[in-house]
Amino acid sequence: MTKDEVKEAVKDIIATIAPDEDLEVLDHGKLLRDQIELDSMDFLDIVMELRKRYGVQVPEEDYKELASLNSCAEYLFPKMASLELKLLNA
Amino acid sequence: MTETYDTIVIGAGMSGLAAGIRLAMYDQRVLVLDRHSLWGGLNSFYKQKGHRFDVGLHALTNFVPKGAKGSRPLSRILRQLRLPYEALKLGEQKGSRVSFPGVSLRWTNDFQVLRADIADKFPAAIDGFDRLVRDIEPYPDLVEGASQRSARAGLLEYLGDPLLVDMLLLPLLYYGSPTPHDVEWTSFVILFKSLYEEGFARPEGGVRTILDLLRNRYRELGGTLKMNSGVARILHGVRGVEGVVLDDGTEVRARTVLSSAGYVETLRLCEAAVAATVSSNDVGALSFVEFLSVLDQPPSALGHDDTIVFFNTEERLVYASPAEDSVDLRSGVICCPDNYAAATPPEAPLFRLTLLASHARWTAFDDAAYRAEKLRVHAAALDVAARFTFDPRPHTTYVDGFTPRTIQKFTGHLGGAVYGSPNKQLSGRTPVPGLYLCGTDQGYLGIVGAMLSGIAMANQHALQPA
Repeated sequence: MTKDEVKEAVKDIIATIAPDEDLEVLDHGKLLRDQIELDSMDFLDIVMELRKRYGVQVPEEDYKELASLNSCAEYLFPKMASLELKLLNA
Repeated sequence: MTETYDTIVIGAGMSGLAAGIRLAMYDQRVLVLDRHSLWGGLNSFYKQKGHRFDVGLHALTNFVPKGAKGSRPLSRILRQLRLPYEALKLGEQKGSRVSFPGVSLRWTNDFQVLRADIADKFPAAIDGFDRLVRDIEPYPDLVEGASQRSARAGLLEYLGDPLLVDMLLLPLLYYGSPTPHDVEWTSFVILFKSLYEEGFARPEGGVRTILDLLRNRYRELGGTLKMNSGVARILHGVRGVEGVVLDDGTEVRARTVLSSAGYVETLRLCEAAVAATVSSNDVGALSFVEFLSVLDQPPSALGHDDTIVFFNTEERLVYASPAEDSVDLRSGVICCPDNYAAATPPEAPLFRLTLLASHARWTAFDDAAYRAEKLRVHAAALDVAARFTFDPRPHTTYVDGFTPRTIQKFTGHLGGAVYGSPNKQLSGRTPVPGLYLCGTDQGYLGIVGAMLSGIAMANQHALQPA
């Protein structure tokens, strides 16, 4: 998976959690929670979905690394580079 | 061989099923147990003589329209359970009312209707009311700790008018307070927002619609649901919870147990040293009777368009377990489910009347006296209710009623306490590691609150790997 694909993976997870949000307009550098309605329960679900779909563990102290799509890509890329992208909402 | 699960959930009510869904969604082996043959707990349903009745649900509070901005409790539970908004098939209330002698206040799901009515009838209090609304706006929907602050005292500071305080409190107390006369401030804020700012709706098909959604989602995700399976004991050792023993003696093992049975009820399933940490003071005192009258025509055809009417026959409100009688005829709630918007109206027009009731008195009667008292109270209660709505008796084709005795029997809540213990355990923690509470005694209120409680407790205590 490339860094762009990691972003696609995260966006696809957000599409499952928050189906009403428009994800095409997201600015990759800006905080996710400033652009769409995501609360702490939703962030927990991003972590849970990463574990369920990709077997990736994100410890609680690293949740802050998931704040924007760019930071997600930087943080998750080393953990996901060898994995296949799976889209459920394509 | 002893069965083993990741998590056992005690109680197949709104909170237990919601918790079960969250855990099954993330691949846990989950078992939801209920002693009763029907799921739903305090918000359930039953059939009698061909009539289907809902228990509990007068209204789904916390109504928000589809796509409403901001993270509100209703949108949160839908997201967390992956349910589409449309699945609830919500119909909004036409309008509700709180009536005291000589004055009433009306509200709808448009908050400005209530505000305008207060400005009209209590002009001196409207600035204080606006200040109250502004001040509670930033309060979170999920509270970490309860205050000791009294809602009654707090409201009086804002409004300066004891009558208006009583009028605003009546619906909130009846729909969620486990304590007499008053409610703790943070619970008040949650109730105020969920009843007045957000408002009432009804799922088409009643409580069954929500319960079917929850049960089906839970099963789709592979969760196990066992009815007629009461928990006789909770097994725990030095390191914490180990599982449960069912009424028939079967042992089931799990590393986490979430219980919606109630605070006192749950701890009394544990070893003596744990059971001794609760006392009868922790048992809630507020219980109710409800009479359900099936009508030959919808209330609106009889000139009654209100969805819910909260009434008080005296100047001051008394919200407590009746001391002198089996019920308190001075106040009550009348709900007409037909007065919600609906594509298909309810199966049969219904008039529901709820009054405060004494658990001690209703459980002391023998069977003959119990039936006689139900008849006596029904007649007296409808005399009072008719003054605030219409007299349903000439149009009634069938009546059923339930009492604190029925509530205790079917929900297992000691004292028939509909809103549970006055001592809420907001963290969900108990003295036993791995055993957590969800539902009424964890502290979130109403149907939406119950589901939120199951979700929040599952997320915090059972979902994340140790």
